[in-house]
Amino acid sequence: MKPQHYRERQVTSGPWQIHLVSYQLGDLFYCKADNVSPGANIARGSAATQEEAERIVLNKAEERLARTRRQTV
Amino acid sequence: MSQYAHPEVLVSADWVEQHLQDPKVRLVEVDVDTNSYKEGHIPGAIAWAWNQQLCDTVQRDILSQTGFEKLMSSSGISPETTVVLYGDSNNWFAAWAFWQAKIYGHKDIRILNGGRKKWLADGRELAVEIPAYPSVAYRAQAPNLALRAFLPQVQGAVQKKSAALVDVRSPQEFSGEILAPPGLPETCQRGGHIPGARNIPWSKACNDDGTFKSADELRALYGAEAIDGKQPVIAYCRIGERSSHTWFVLRYLLGFEQVTNYDGSWTEWGNLVGAQVERGAAPAKPAQS
Repeated sequence: MKPQHYRERQVTSGPWQIHLVSYQLGDLFYCKADNVSPGANIARGSAATQEEAERIVLNKAEERLARTRRQTV
Repeated sequence: MSQYAHPEVLVSADWVEQHLQDPKVRLVEVDVDTNSYKEGHIPGAIAWAWNQQLCDTVQRDILSQTGFEKLMSSSGISPETTVVLYGDSNNWFAAWAFWQAKIYGHKDIRILNGGRKKWLADGRELAVEIPAYPSVAYRAQAPNLALRAFLPQVQGAVQKKSAALVDVRSPQEFSGEILAPPGLPETCQRGGHIPGARNIPWSKACNDDGTFKSADELRALYGAEAIDGKQPVIAYCRIGERSSHTWFVLRYLLGFEQVTNYDGSWTEWGNLVGAQVERGAAPAKPAQS
């Protein structure tokens, strides 16, 4: 089995950047989201299409990022 | 272009493909996202879960010598085995495993340059079958604590300015604007950084494809912050895994002799009662010597 349709893209959600990586393995498309800086994984998911996998993961990532508190420095 | 100081600790994806059937080589995937392995992994690779198998799960610590021996033994790894580590997030936790293996003296341990990311992007073969290897005897060496910094050493270095502190977290974590990487649980009481630390995020050592930057680029990156191997270096992050990546770069790619990983990191320092904390963005770059 070889990964196909490997794709990376970056989106902005409020003050945060989200890096999405998606690819197909067998019949499923997998997607992971990280927070760009520092690059920690914050969401994952899979679906029958690449767009759906990305949508699911983007929603999860945005929910998690929305809980991040920013301090005044 | 100059060479890495220890090029033997890195292998390419082509090298791995040529050694998939080599019984002297054991591939080990170590991911931030421990579910990734199950999706598909390099054929023949086993997985180590950083949060279960590469730490003491009762007290906060790395593996004990006995624990490390059990892990290697149950993985079918003998002291003579060539171990190749790889993982997601540009080998973030693969470096954590590498650091512990070096503490316990495993002789031949290497990292797949580019890690899981490059393997996937290249469209190389993956397997879902989970291999099992017979246990073998493994005797680790006594821990080499010269590779590890504990709190008293860091406190002493701050007081005496006897080592350069490299904070490899993101600029927002360094400044104190956020208490953990965005989207992750807060695990400290205070934000900021250890007084005097320089901020060189770990990921700056990597190219977009996950491979390490060239020796010249790395020397320029760290040299710009006066990290040039002339004085001891202590790397730290939040829990010690990102800093093990930087430790690997400084120790093995640039060849600096005195580099330690402070794995207590910010979750220790940022929770200490009475510890000095600096806040705000990184100061201007120091003058070059």
